[in-house]
Amino acid sequence: MKLFELAHSRTGDKGNISTISVIANHAGDYETLQKAVTAEKVLALFAPLGATKAERYELPKLAALNFVLTGTLGGGVTRSLALDAHGKALSGLLLELEV
Amino acid sequence: MKSIRIAAGAGYAGDRIEPALDSICRGNADYLIFECLAERTIALAQKEKLADPAKGYNPLLEYRMQKVLPLLHEHPVKIITNMGAANPLAAAEKVRQMAKQEGLHLQVAAVLGDDVLERLNDYGDLPLMETGAPLRTLGNSVVSANAYLGAKGISAALAAGADIVITGRVADPCLVSGPLMAEFQKSYDDADFLGKTIVAGHLLECAGQVTGGYFADPGEKDVPELWNLGFPILTFSENGDLLLEKLPGTGGLLNEATVKEQLLYEIQNPAEYLTPDVVADFTGITVQQQGEKVLVRGATGRPKTGLLKTSVGYRDGYIGEGEISYGGHNCTRRAQLAETVLRHRFTLLGLALREVRFDLLGVNSLYGPAAGVFAPPQLAEVRLRVAARTADEETAAAIGREVEALYVNGPAGGGGARSRVTSVVSVASVLLPQQEVQVMLHGLKGEPYEIV
Repeated sequence: MKLFELAHSRTGDKGNISTISVIANHAGDYETLQKAVTAEKVLALFAPLGATKAERYELPKLAALNFVLTGTLGGGVTRSLALDAHGKALSGLLLELEV
Repeated sequence: MKSIRIAAGAGYAGDRIEPALDSICRGNADYLIFECLAERTIALAQKEKLADPAKGYNPLLEYRMQKVLPLLHEHPVKIITNMGAANPLAAAEKVRQMAKQEGLHLQVAAVLGDDVLERLNDYGDLPLMETGAPLRTLGNSVVSANAYLGAKGISAALAAGADIVITGRVADPCLVSGPLMAEFQKSYDDADFLGKTIVAGHLLECAGQVTGGYFADPGEKDVPELWNLGFPILTFSENGDLLLEKLPGTGGLLNEATVKEQLLYEIQNPAEYLTPDVVADFTGITVQQQGEKVLVRGATGRPKTGLLKTSVGYRDGYIGEGEISYGGHNCTRRAQLAETVLRHRFTLLGLALREVRFDLLGVNSLYGPAAGVFAPPQLAEVRLRVAARTADEETAAAIGREVEALYVNGPAGGGGARSRVTSVVSVASVLLPQQEVQVMLHGLKGEPYEIV
């Protein structure tokens, strides 16, 4: 199953750091997300994009996880050569994760 | 229990104005917030101010105020905005004149003190948060330096009778914390209350992003009438509970899902959201649908760090870009051939490129080599894009020229070439001790005065 079948997601950026939330569509699926969407898996998914670090924060009261990625933004919105310099589309890649 | 209503009027520098006008007329709001300052905006505004000392504030300030001011006769909402950008003094003076012409007797205050450019030499040893290198290594490329102020300037201006408060750089959620701290007359030592006001500000600062903007995904997450998106209005109660709503008859969507997405937007560690006045903790927050509205409660706070994040804008060379499209059978291979041609040309011409990047739009421009997780589709067209970082403008312009030359000299059927040169102002950050930054108010009691 793909992550987009269980969760929705939004990407933000702070300088050269990308933040991506993963929010369960149904709160009952939070434990599944907690088990399946590990920091290691997320780092592996984003490594080809240059990710060097992925941190995961748990928000059980929101049935959500929050990921903080380093290295994916090419210097951040003010200097990146990327078309999507904010990395707004990165949530679309995370939701492709097999869970 | 006392409660205050605050409406979001803008979530970025160029945002739509109609939702704000609707909130003034129908929202019964006490305050209207225009958040218009992205990370780099102030550095660009500083360059404008250097060219013309009367400029350097948000270019849409006059446009917005022309629409807003006439409504204030009947709906006397107070306005808080960071549209002052690099020049809050000039922005406040402009608004003062416009209000007078409109026949309104309004107190317009400017909050000053964020601009620390002149004192930057004192801080040369401070490490840049991005790289760890000392600030002085940016040398004379620095064009701006602005500390993120907290809410005190805003709350003091309101307490002194301001109807409109115009700031430069303040931490975005403080545009909302300021009026709440003034209204409820809480101490700035009350970290829990401050933390709750920060969450209120965080949910309003991007305006339509909490009411269905940046959310719609047809068939998965449908949003009605996205073209008529209503902006949020929140009711903040003295106990710190906040209730989000949008006006009846507007488009968009407000539910637990839209609120959760925005709550975590741009948040790193949710237990430690660093702001100038408080470290807010989001981990206790609950989000609960209540009819058409959404109730958010449970944020807490811990004492501030005493350090103010300070954005330093610096000239960072140029980016030259070019794009060209290929279509039909074999189009991807023709676009790849175009890339090969360009790489050879850049070498033949001896272009000094610090960094170069090629993308195939529709194939790998967003996810690069990670795009392999998606099954490759049959493409009717692809668009090649090249972007290169250069030291000078001339070299940057050569990138686009070489792309355009592919019309005549490149692979078959290349169309729609476009090119662009951007002068880059990047932003680095340092942490300044809070006592280095003095917040000043201007416009209320004649001379500028300092607040603690």
